[in-house]
Amino acid sequence: MRTENQKAWFFVLPVLALVAFNALVPMMTVVNYSVQETFGNNQFFWEGLGWFEQILRSDRFQAALGRQFLFTAMILAIEVPLGVIVALSMPRKGFWVPVCLVLMALPMLIPWNVVGSMWNIFTLPKIGLLGYFLNDVLGVNYDMTQQPLSAWITVIVMDVWHWTSLVVLLCYAGLVSIPDAYYQAAKIDGASPWSVFRYIQLPKMKTVLTIAVLLRFMDSFNIYTEPFVLTGGGPGNSTTLLSIDLVKIALGQFDLGPAAAMSLIYFAITLLVSWVFYTLMTKDDAQ
Amino acid sequence: MKKRSIIPILYIAFLMLPIYWLVAMSFKTTNEILSGFSLFPQTFTLENYITIFTDPTWYWGYINSITYVTINTVLSICVALPAAYAFSRYRFLGDKQLFFWLLTNRMAPAAVFALPFFQLYSSIHLFDTYLAVALAHTLFNVPLAVWILEGFMRGIPKELDETAYVDGYSFPRFFVTIFLPNIKAGVGVAAFFCFMFSWVEMLLAKTLTAVEAKPIAAVMTRTASSAGYELGLLAAAGTLTIIPGAIVIWFVRNYIARGFAMGRV
Repeated sequence: MRTENQKAWFFVLPVLALVAFNALVPMMTVVNYSVQETFGNNQFFWEGLGWFEQILRSDRFQAALGRQFLFTAMILAIEVPLGVIVALSMPRKGFWVPVCLVLMALPMLIPWNVVGSMWNIFTLPKIGLLGYFLNDVLGVNYDMTQQPLSAWITVIVMDVWHWTSLVVLLCYAGLVSIPDAYYQAAKIDGASPWSVFRYIQLPKMKTVLTIAVLLRFMDSFNIYTEPFVLTGGGPGNSTTLLSIDLVKIALGQFDLGPAAAMSLIYFAITLLVSWVFYTLMTKDDAQ
Repeated sequence: MKKRSIIPILYIAFLMLPIYWLVAMSFKTTNEILSGFSLFPQTFTLENYITIFTDPTWYWGYINSITYVTINTVLSICVALPAAYAFSRYRFLGDKQLFFWLLTNRMAPAAVFALPFFQLYSSIHLFDTYLAVALAHTLFNVPLAVWILEGFMRGIPKELDETAYVDGYSFPRFFVTIFLPNIKAGVGVAAFFCFMFSWVEMLLAKTLTAVEAKPIAAVMTRTASSAGYELGLLAAAGTLTIIPGAIVIWFVRNYIARGFAMGRV
């Protein structure tokens, strides 16, 4: 039971100062830019909500947003079920458990640009293992730099490779917390594997699955480095996701106003969808 | 039981394939790479690694990265510990709102912060220093550390605190000598996550540095573009970036599952 104590504020003060410095100052900079127009020389003119309107109406933003939602939806649809299946079939104890866990976590500890480079090397036609295998052994015409579909599949498979282990490890943590007695009781009752999953394992995994879906949503929605290094957003604009487009506008073209407005819209969408996910998934707990 | 283990084996094989290819590439000569496909290095060479360990721009990239990651980890844990204690033990005005606000920073796309961070850290003369990158990375690492530590601290019964006060412990002495040893698994896991996310993040690290504190990622992209098609060198540099992560994960292997669940199982 937690006790009421306003002095606890002193404990959170360092965190508050640090995060406020890092979050509020840059956020206010973005807000400032988003309502102003500049022609250089540090001269700014009031622009109102013009940039927001322009961004929301532009085909470019809508296309990038569409690609982003498609990407995130596919990531969630593949990684969450796959992660649950792998977690369910993992051994519960013994020598192999730490080995499995360490090997599975390894992709998540590789710098994101290296992940991109690694998949680039892996998929090169003629030279890369996957590129060679697909083109010269299976006879599939595969070239990520030319075909949008190949590029899309590669980006998705790369993310599945990179992040499915997060879902696996979270679900596994939920599964090992189930006491053996539950399984024994289910066995005595003659429960089928499906009902064991539905009534014993799934409820225990609920909290961790919520965390997994939320984290996977946020991170796949904000993804930048890996697809940027792998495809550079191409071929054409086919894999230009929201962050890639934003960096192009902000640091490439230096259009500060539109970039800032787009940043705020982007952040707002991430917050909103995260909040909707969170409320939907924890709805039952509240009742 | 035997039939079921085929799924994890296949999954791990899928994870290891691209890593194998990266490592295999790093031991090949540029000639062999460009001349066509070979599953194993035909002429085994350490040339790529020798280049990295003898060229200061290369190995300083690693030293720079490890330096700011270490500063970030220490800083994040130090400020997160008292805050997590407060969230797990006390109710105070605005605690829920504060906790949620902290977590929203984990949701912010790094791309949004790239330019404002550049301007902020330039204006306080921290641009191109280790401290700039370490501070910038606290944006997402501090909320995460608070979240994980709070989960672990909640599992420690409050009676522990009360008994210590009855025994005449002061708060700092209680915290360091009794409380910390009880949550050392949580501290280890939180440190691991701070290390991990600071080590893998590249967009902010690259934006906030130019020469002095340049991370290994920036060295890699520059070399990739200026030296043309040196895939072997790139592969060797990539292979070396996997090693620190592999070492760190070995230390927390027994807590990793619980750690990924943020101590909430």
